[in-house]
Formats: sequence, C-alpha cells, structure tokens
Amino acid sequence: MSPKALTPLLNVTDLHKSFGTNKVLRGIDFSVRSGEVLALIGPSGSGKTTALRCLNGLESPDSGVVSFAGGPEVAFQPGLPAKKAQVLRDRSAMVFQGHHLFPHLTVLQNVTIGPLQVQRRPREEVMARANELLERVGLEQKSSDYPSSLSGGQQQRVGIVRALMLQPDLLLFDEPTSALDPELVGEVLSVIKELAQEGWSMVLVTHELAFARDVADTVVFMDDGVVVEHGPAAQVLGNPTHERTKAFMQRLLHPF
Amino acid sequence: MDSLWQLALDSLWPMVSGALTATIPLAIISFALGLAVALMVALMRISTNKVVSGIARGYISIIRGTPLLVQLFVIFYGLPSVGITIDPWPSAIIAFTLNVGGYAAEIIRAAILSVPGGQWEAGYTIGMSKTRTLYKLILPQAARVAIPPLSNTFISLVKDTSLASMILVTEMFRRAQEIAATTYEFMLLYMEAAAIYWVICLVLSAVQDRMESRLEKYVA
Repeated sequence: MSPKALTPLLNVTDLHKSFGTNKVLRGIDFSVRSGEVLALIGPSGSGKTTALRCLNGLESPDSGVVSFAGGPEVAFQPGLPAKKAQVLRDRSAMVFQGHHLFPHLTVLQNVTIGPLQVQRRPREEVMARANELLERVGLEQKSSDYPSSLSGGQQQRVGIVRALMLQPDLLLFDEPTSALDPELVGEVLSVIKELAQEGWSMVLVTHELAFARDVADTVVFMDDGVVVEHGPAAQVLGNPTHERTKAFMQRLLHPF
Repeated sequence: MDSLWQLALDSLWPMVSGALTATIPLAIISFALGLAVALMVALMRISTNKVVSGIARGYISIIRGTPLLVQLFVIFYGLPSVGITIDPWPSAIIAFTLNVGGYAAEIIRAAILSVPGGQWEAGYTIGMSKTRTLYKLILPQAARVAIPPLSNTFISLVKDTSLASMILVTEMFRRAQEIAATTYEFMLLYMEAAAIYWVICLVLSAVQDRMESRLEKYVA
C-alpha cells in the first residue's frame, strides 16, 4: 500500500438523522485523510449507507457538519434547502449499489454527460479521459453499447468510471458488489483495489470483510446509529475491542 | 351511379383541403400546446405542496369530467355573455389545448413516476440540478412509456376536431356538411369524411410505430 499523506480531507461531525421516530444516525463522527481508504461496516440497519449518502448530499441529516478541507462545509439543520447540500458534490462522487446507469445513454455518454454538460470541461479532454478510463477497466470495446447489454460487473465498472470522470477528491461506494452475482464480484473489487493503490481517497460501505481488510486503511464499525469502533483496519477487523464488533465478526465468519 | 362518383370526386378536394388547412393544423397546434400544459400540470400534481397538487387535481378532474363539446360551447357561446368574445379558431385551440392538457397530464405523470428513483439520484450525484435531471435524464426515459398512450390522445384529438364544426370552424367535417346540405347525399359525404379521418389516423399509427421502435433501441 502506498504511503498515505496526513493531510485531512473530510471531517464528519455529530450527524443525527431520524426517519419519523426511527433514529438512524445518533451522532456520527469520523474523518478521512487525503489518500485514505475508509471502510464503513456494520449490520444492516446500522445507518452506514445513510451516513455515506449524507456525504454526497443525497440525504439531509437533521444536524451535524460535513466539511471538506478547503471547503465546502455544510452544517445541516432541519429545513435546510436541498440546494445547500449540493455543493458537497463538487468534491465527492458516488458509486451506487444498483449502479443506476442511464439506460437511454450509451456507455460513453453515461460517463461523459456530467463532465460535458455540468462541469463544461473541453470535449476533447473529456473524451480522451473517458476512453482512457474505460480502457483501464477493460470496457473500451463497449463504449457505444447501451448499459442493458452489459453484465452486472461491467455495469458497475461503468458506474465507477462515471464517478471517476467527475474528478472528485473523494470516492463514495455504497455496497458496490452487493447486487452482483458472486462470480462477478471479483472484477469490480479488483478495480476498486487498483484505485486504492493509486492513492484515491475513498469511503466504502461494504459487507466484504476480507476485501476491507485487504484494501482499507481504516475501518469504522457502526451499529444502531453510532460509531462503535474506529481504528486501523487490521486492528478493528483482526482484534476488535468491543463486544458488538466481535459478535458481528463472528456472525459473518460463522453464519451457520 | 356516375353522378355519385362525380360528386365523390368533386367533393374530395374541398374536404381534403379542409383537412390540410384546418383539421390537421388545429390538431397539431392544440396537441403541442396541450403537451406543454400537461407537463406543467403533471409536475404540479407530483409536487409535495398540497395546494399546488390540489389545483392540478381539480383541473384534471374538471377536464375529464365534462364533455369536450360542452367545453367548446362554454368558451365560444358562453363567454360572450360575460363580455369575453373569442373567434372560432382561437376558441377551438383553447378548448382542445385545455382538454389535451388534462388527459395528457395523467399520462405524463405516470410516465415520470415509472422512472426509478435511483435515476434522479444518479443525476444529482453527477452534479445536475433537479430541473436538468428532469429534462436530460427522466423525461427521455419517461417518453418511452408515454408515447403509446399519448399517441392515443393525439388520434382522439384529430377526430375530436370535427366538433369544432359546431362553433363555426370550417374544418373538414363542416365542408362535408355544407356539400351534403346542398346535394342531399348525406351517406356519401359522411362516409367520405370518415374515410379521410381513417387515412389520417393510419398515417399517425405508422408514425407512432416508428417512434416506438426508435425509443426501444436501448431496451435489451
């Protein structure tokens, strides 16, 4: 693993979020340094996906602060207009569990629409970068195909390229392999691992503990809306100190 | 028999020209304006603002719950008694536009809602605003769902323009009525009018098929 810079990139402070009476986040804090890979793990319903979505402004927490070094900083409060959280998307890009590619656009259009139409970068540069990245993930032959003609693993790799094309400082992955057939998981994980080795900063919600141990620098274990344990991947995954973390690991390692 | 043929031929051009100068333009203009109204009403109907969606609901309910002929009569014969006089053509366009707006709004609303919510989020996450996501990503996908029922609406509208004859618009069917009134050949002329409507609708169906197959290309 490449040496990591120590410059802070993202600071998340005291996120609270309720859906009705259901308190999903009850004071979440963590930070990400530049080049760091942080894995968010925890049982389903622990709030990890909600926490991740807050970082991209897709979810509006009731309170708390999401702050990127050098801006933007968003202090959430009830009734905060959705527009105010949009600025977070200047720094982060999201890869969804269900890829959410645009079915009516070709692979190339899917990955270039953001840079061309929103960021208004020069067409030549965008096209060159798109072709380079599609080639990197082994999909240069598919650039004029529609997403429906790709396999699940190929679709998710396009989803990753779409996020990379936005030139974010932080990549967000929401269980990027959970919707895939088991034999397709590897091709997606290996792309993510390469990106990690290249020094991309990322926050990764995942159920793949072996992968988290392999790729992540830091692991945050969440349960019931709070951060239970936060530390170096080897320590949290290999030698957890909290009972709840231990029990979770046991359940994943010995499901039967 | 020969004279009947002759009458059929002689009346063909006046009727076809009525279709070209009135029936078809009336249908196209009203449909285009009606779609704009429908999109606005559909978005109002989806709105989380209760007042806004309530207004849209009320509008759709009134349009769908009253006969088109009555709507035409209210606008052309009714409004003058409250001091608003509108010529036949604008009256017809207003009535047909409002009518299409009500019916197509429900079609467009359902089509927009048929696009998975993840598509909106994907638009947001690549930096698009709500409006841009709607126009660039959601509506193109909704179009595939909306085109068959919207084609139905358009075909109905083409035939419904015959009602404009009741408010003195000289469209195709009014030509048929005028010729029939002087020749007493009602059966011949009304069948001829029916045939022309049918031919127009055959062409429209073919156009619909082509549009549908173009939009199907990305579906596996």
